[in-house]
Amino acid sequence: MAVRGRRRPGAELSLPAPSALELDRRAFRARRSRRSTLVALGSTLVFAVVAYLVITRSPGWPRVQSTFFSLDNARAAFPDILRGLWLNVQVLVIGGLCVVVLGLGLAVLRTLRGPAFAPLRLLATGYVDVFRGMPLIITLYLVGFGLPALRLQGVPTSPFILGTAAIVLTYSAYVAEVFRAGIESVHPSQRAAARSLGLTHRQMMRIVVLPQAVRNVTPALLNDFVALQKDVGLISVLGAIDAVRAAQIEVGQTFNFTPYVVAGLLFVLLAVPSARIADTVSARARRRQQSGSVL
Amino acid sequence: MSPVAGGPVLDVRGVVKTFGENVVLRGVDLSVDEHRVVALIGGSGSGKSTLLRCASLLEQVDDGQVLLDGEDITDPQVDADAVRRRLGVVFQAYNLFPHLTVLDNVTLAPVRVHGRSRSEATDEARELLDRIGLADKAGEYPDRLSGGQQQRVAIVRALAVRPRVLLLDEITSALDPELVGEVLRLVREVATQGMTIVMATHEMGFAKQVADTVCFLDQGVVLESGPPAQVLGDPVEPRTRQFLSRIIDAGRL
Repeated sequence: MAVRGRRRPGAELSLPAPSALELDRRAFRARRSRRSTLVALGSTLVFAVVAYLVITRSPGWPRVQSTFFSLDNARAAFPDILRGLWLNVQVLVIGGLCVVVLGLGLAVLRTLRGPAFAPLRLLATGYVDVFRGMPLIITLYLVGFGLPALRLQGVPTSPFILGTAAIVLTYSAYVAEVFRAGIESVHPSQRAAARSLGLTHRQMMRIVVLPQAVRNVTPALLNDFVALQKDVGLISVLGAIDAVRAAQIEVGQTFNFTPYVVAGLLFVLLAVPSARIADTVSARARRRQQSGSVL
Repeated sequence: MSPVAGGPVLDVRGVVKTFGENVVLRGVDLSVDEHRVVALIGGSGSGKSTLLRCASLLEQVDDGQVLLDGEDITDPQVDADAVRRRLGVVFQAYNLFPHLTVLDNVTLAPVRVHGRSRSEATDEARELLDRIGLADKAGEYPDRLSGGQQQRVAIVRALAVRPRVLLLDEITSALDPELVGEVLRLVREVATQGMTIVMATHEMGFAKQVADTVCFLDQGVVLESGPPAQVLGDPVEPRTRQFLSRIIDAGRL
């Protein structure tokens, strides 16, 4: 057992050049991967050409094009929609931060043990049950129209603030459950090790459990973030002039649906980087956890 | 060692395997005839496990060849799944499927991969489990079994597909000393029934009793191989002596 972990002398010896057989194998693998790339490229190209021909030659195409893909309408609506999108991005950033903080807090509350914490635990559980079950649109109406209707002093009336609040209420319930799954995925032996070092419960959560929990659920969190990116468009129902509302106004004036398409594509563009980040993060987690390279 | 008609079952020729900068195997040769038991010994990091993983196509070799019944299985044109169907592998950490019962673990490959009927596979699995004294555990889930029981189930799972060769990767390393015996007894029984076995092991005493050939791996090559009495009793290479004296010091032989 004394050998374990020691670097053996001579381990740096250089290898002989690869044999002809190995070079053949490498060449074969390279050929095969080149071929599959070519096949993929070719089939994509064929599909694109066929799709283009079928669509542009179908009888209703000119009408579809002028109603949904009119360049003039797009150009006219674009500045307003972009200004609206800036509002969406603000809601996204502020809301996203609030969701993470609130969600994490709720998750920790739900995992507290001991009878003294029962009320907090119950409160957190009730919150999650209510706001995860409630349709977002109803929460939006209740917060956005209901709160101002109370005419209480100090209640904000800006649809931007109220809309953000409603979205945060709903999304923090979702995200709390994701965090809780992450906290529970950390093996009990980690808690045992942390507590046996003398860490308090709070230290254990902060230093040992939560870092591992967050890492485990990063893909799921990014998934929720992408969902949030689209749902910020719902503040338009409260009258905020966001990208969706701006597009709606344009459509109402021209009866041409291109502005909706423009706004939709802008949201897609917003979501694409997040989706790629989610992919990369999941792939990295997979690589880190696997030992074998072939399977 | 009497040569067996038809040549070796497993033939490793000059296999090289590197992980980045680290050269783990630098040209390993190993020939395993039918019904033979070969024990791979050597320090940690000497390449025993990597060699077995290359032979079971879980790693891609960087040079050299592995032949199974004369067929070059390191050829990229070979269907790796078809090759793995002819091999049985047992891992150090058992690797049983925790969401399946013991019986389902054993019948999985015979039914899904080899297309045997479920009833036939079940009968056979029960018979195998009965032979290792675990018939009453057939309906249990793996995590409720002891390590020794789990490892014996893993061996039975590998045997259920009637492999050409059984590859055992330090199968007792994760076990309590008191549980090692039951697993080794099973391996010995499987060996006496004529199964061809290649095993990486730290159990020198067991290698001495069961193996026909012992190979000492050092710095990525087979430094010395021969009958256990010679390699373990009277090694030629100074490095083998050094390794064995450390083992004896540790009280493992």
